[in-house]
Amino acid sequence: MEKRMVFGSTALPYLLVVPQLAITVVFFIWPASQALYQSVLIQDPFGLSTEFVWFENFAHLFTDPLYIAAFWTTAVFSALVTVLSLGLALLFAVMADRVIKGATAYKTLLIWPYAVAPAIAGVLWLFMFNPAIGLVSFYLKVLGYNWNHVLEGGQAMFLVVIAASWKQISYNFLFFLAGLQAIPRSLIEAAAIDGARPLRRFWTIVFPLLSPTTFFLIVVNVVYAFFDTFGIIHAVTKGGPGKATEILVYKVYADGFVGLDLGSSAAQSVVLMTIVVALTVVQFRYIERRVHY
Amino acid sequence: MVERRGWLTAVTHLVLIAGIAVLALPIYFAFVASTVGLRDIVEPPLPLVPGPFLFDNYGEALLRGVTQAAATPVALMMFNSLVMALVIAFGKIAISLLSAFAIVYFRFPLRMFFFWTIFVTLMLPVEVRILPTYEVVAGLGLLNTYAGLTIPLIASATATFLFRQFFLTVPDELAEAARVDGAGPLRFFADILLPLSRTNIAALFVILFIYGWNQYLWPLLVTTEASMTTIVIGINQMIAPGEDQTNWPVVMATTMLAMLPPVLVVVFMQRLFVKGLVETEK
Repeated sequence: MEKRMVFGSTALPYLLVVPQLAITVVFFIWPASQALYQSVLIQDPFGLSTEFVWFENFAHLFTDPLYIAAFWTTAVFSALVTVLSLGLALLFAVMADRVIKGATAYKTLLIWPYAVAPAIAGVLWLFMFNPAIGLVSFYLKVLGYNWNHVLEGGQAMFLVVIAASWKQISYNFLFFLAGLQAIPRSLIEAAAIDGARPLRRFWTIVFPLLSPTTFFLIVVNVVYAFFDTFGIIHAVTKGGPGKATEILVYKVYADGFVGLDLGSSAAQSVVLMTIVVALTVVQFRYIERRVHY
Repeated sequence: MVERRGWLTAVTHLVLIAGIAVLALPIYFAFVASTVGLRDIVEPPLPLVPGPFLFDNYGEALLRGVTQAAATPVALMMFNSLVMALVIAFGKIAISLLSAFAIVYFRFPLRMFFFWTIFVTLMLPVEVRILPTYEVVAGLGLLNTYAGLTIPLIASATATFLFRQFFLTVPDELAEAARVDGAGPLRFFADILLPLSRTNIAALFVILFIYGWNQYLWPLLVTTEASMTTIVIGINQMIAPGEDQTNWPVVMATTMLAMLPPVLVVVFMQRLFVKGLVETEK
């Protein structure tokens, strides 16, 4: 789609795009190309000499059991977050869609966690599950279950999954609710007249019609779990215990800033970039479909 | 609702209330913890009702801070967060409005190249280019400055697309009429396009304010001086590694203060918030 009417001016349009473009080039394109460049170099620990090594950094990366482990951790983490937050959000959205009285109040009370920063969501749950003083861990102990996520990898994973899902439910809820409200009432009424009960109507009509929203949200949630949960991991577990909750984004940070392994960190950045590009492509192709739906 | 079933309505309300309770639970306990003394917390279980130290804890947090975080007063941290959120929100909106205007209303060489260059930023979140971006900012001498904290984050493909989409729906007749009346492009932009974009700008502002306020990784890298700490980073520094010395009531008071501005924005500008959220995802 293009405008018929345009302004004629030679210098002005360039002046208008310059701010955006300058920031894009200096802080996005240039660093990204630096990451690409450094990912094929090895620098000695003192930064005195660098050597061009082709894909050695990548080869190291994919033969490094720790990196492969981080990949698996990320996969498990994002799968759990996606399933948990989508499942609960769908439940709440279906319920909120049925409500007539107090619908706005329910909606408001369900969407506010979106505004809480991931790191703060982490601190809130950390406080409740703190092995020494947390309320939940205290009652778990009363029930005979010893909670100590500082030592137990599985428990630490559970905790970051809960915190990450808790924050994401609101977002998914809003989109599911919008999707549900876009489904024509007549379809559901027709099914009801034919004698289909609510649960059956949900699985045979509502859920299939909701699938575009669901697919879209799956992609968004995976992106969220991959990239936006750094704050949660950093605040709650710092990747530990051991490496039990070290997701890829956290590993880039830890290897680059704490470990100062530039080549490896750059190679990891490049791998992550590839993942983002892939996810963005999926998202955009999919959104095309959503519009046509 | 298609038909009335008493029990189903009851279940509906029950599920929703349970959901709201689960979502609110961590906040409630954080609030309780922010109103009691340290002794109530280190000897579990935590009381279930708020205690008497609300003003003491919030006062101490706001004015003095906690020693682990170099005793930076939370009021200063909130000011830093506010500056960051506002500059990011206004900056993104301003430069995106300008570039969308250029791309929609002008024909010039390299136009589509610029468009795709901006598009690429969508695929380069800070998280994937941490170290080199840090080096650029360090090289420019912008560490521990508001400029370093905000400028690298204000390029926005999403906002540019949003305004582009919107400008494309603005009738051409408006621009023609403006030209017939002798208005130049900038006049048209300021007097016609900007007022028309008001709702979009407001919706985007709500989303971007929350985005800016909640930034974590970037301030963590760029700010090392205590006086530049933002509140979300500050809380994390307050939690002592040994955990025994953590002043939990004050930390929880800070947590409540950190959540308050963005949550209020969502609650009171709900319509704009939903509009912004749905539209930025298109």
